[in-house]
Amino acid sequence: MDKAAIEIPQDYLEGLKEAARTEDGDLSSFVLKAMLENYEAAKEDRRAMCGDTGVPRWFVKLGNEARVQGGMVALEAALRRATANATNGVPLRPNRVHPLWRTDHDNNVGIGAPEIEYGFEPEGEWIDLITVHKGGLFGTDYRMLFPSDGVQGIKRFYLDSLMAFGKRGLACQPAIIGIGLGGSKDICMTLGKRASTLRVVGSRNADPRIAEMEDEFKAIGNSIGMGAMGFVGKNMVIDCNIEVGYCHTGGLPMSVHAFCLSSRRAVARIHGDGRVEHRTDPDWFTPYQRRETVDWEPQREAAE
Amino acid sequence: MSPREVRLSTTPSAQAIADLRLGDVVYLDGLMYTAREGVYMRALEDKANIPLELPSQSAANFHCSPAARINADGSFDMGAVTATASFRFAKWLPEWMAKTGARLIVGKGGMTSKDYRAYFVPNGAVYLSTVGYGTGALLGRGVERVEAVHWNEELGLAQAMWVIRCNRMGPFIVASDMNGDCLFERENAKIAENVARLYEGTRPATMKRYGESDDRTDEVI
Repeated sequence: MDKAAIEIPQDYLEGLKEAARTEDGDLSSFVLKAMLENYEAAKEDRRAMCGDTGVPRWFVKLGNEARVQGGMVALEAALRRATANATNGVPLRPNRVHPLWRTDHDNNVGIGAPEIEYGFEPEGEWIDLITVHKGGLFGTDYRMLFPSDGVQGIKRFYLDSLMAFGKRGLACQPAIIGIGLGGSKDICMTLGKRASTLRVVGSRNADPRIAEMEDEFKAIGNSIGMGAMGFVGKNMVIDCNIEVGYCHTGGLPMSVHAFCLSSRRAVARIHGDGRVEHRTDPDWFTPYQRRETVDWEPQREAAE
Repeated sequence: MSPREVRLSTTPSAQAIADLRLGDVVYLDGLMYTAREGVYMRALEDKANIPLELPSQSAANFHCSPAARINADGSFDMGAVTATASFRFAKWLPEWMAKTGARLIVGKGGMTSKDYRAYFVPNGAVYLSTVGYGTGALLGRGVERVEAVHWNEELGLAQAMWVIRCNRMGPFIVASDMNGDCLFERENAKIAENVARLYEGTRPATMKRYGESDDRTDEVI
């Protein structure tokens, strides 16, 4: 969690450096340079890169052979403890409060917080602990579209979301934009959120037609004429990631998410023998996660 | 062209404020306090006594919750500081400014030109925006020390009133001026020229949202 809060992931950093090179809006350009200095300052001083340290949460992925000592309840307790410890240690901002009573435990732990979500892989005796500290109350939206809305309807809602939350920089852009298409309403939001937070800059969906849309949508976002903080500029989208899930035949639910200038994510892989490896690519969307069949038969999938 | 840089006291003179231009980059020196909904509600609705001499000690109100902790020995550690979106506080700001003499409102995203004209200009105040958003580490470096924290028991660390001594703290961007003009609205107007072309060929959603507007110059704040 310390790493996530302090060190900007390399893929995003390179994306932002590229944006800073191409930006010609005076104010936008100044902002991007200040951001690059900020990441350096955070690393040098070992302080959080942003004062809004987001709402820390966990994505846990288990290889099918992994067994947790003490069971999953022990794992959840450890993740909650780690969250409280990092809040005091880094320090992180104690953002989490009760929605009605505004009670703050000053440790980012409370009812339903931090969120812990799970995924599995067919092989391996490791556990990936992925922490994402997504900030921002803005830049995320959902809409039920219909098949008749088609790609031009998808484009429009995408633009609407960027315009609505890009003005005044409420989305803290340039951002990694995640788009969720399909699923039911809640899963549509989950897909979009995971598309923005669990995929790295430069990655592409395995479906070549979706990958093409990702390229096109990135370009469209950067043609708005809006840059950092909503100033005139040409860098709004560092990358655009799209994830899909099967949905009701009558609908085309869509969500848009912005993973901000502080795209904080970090991964620790814990092996069966106790070794720990750190990385910043969650590698969440494997062929298994995107599988379409009843049973998992990797050979047949590969042959198709 | 790079923006003009200005160093400004957190108890600025009327002249120093009048000299600021939209888009200037500002670095602050002096005492600044954080106050957002928790502090506003406590001071204005619950009528609690504000634990600072305002504006003589500070005329700079930061819409911020820092990433900070209070150590067991009572000392403070403040890591990163960044602003939170200010438009949500419009409800309390006129009364707050009248009561505290705040002349620098520092935050994220600014207010509307209507707000600036209605109560910023009459109070001799301007809006400074943080940069990024999220230059939390840079701003953290500008915190020379934490002087005090008030109301942390009542409001929690995030909503508490932190009093910080700034030493060339920045960068901030001047987002309103004594004409009541708004930097973000100026930029929005330029971007709006491109919007019709951008939307060409896209399809309005089959199902409308209740109360939905098709005016792309609208803002969510």
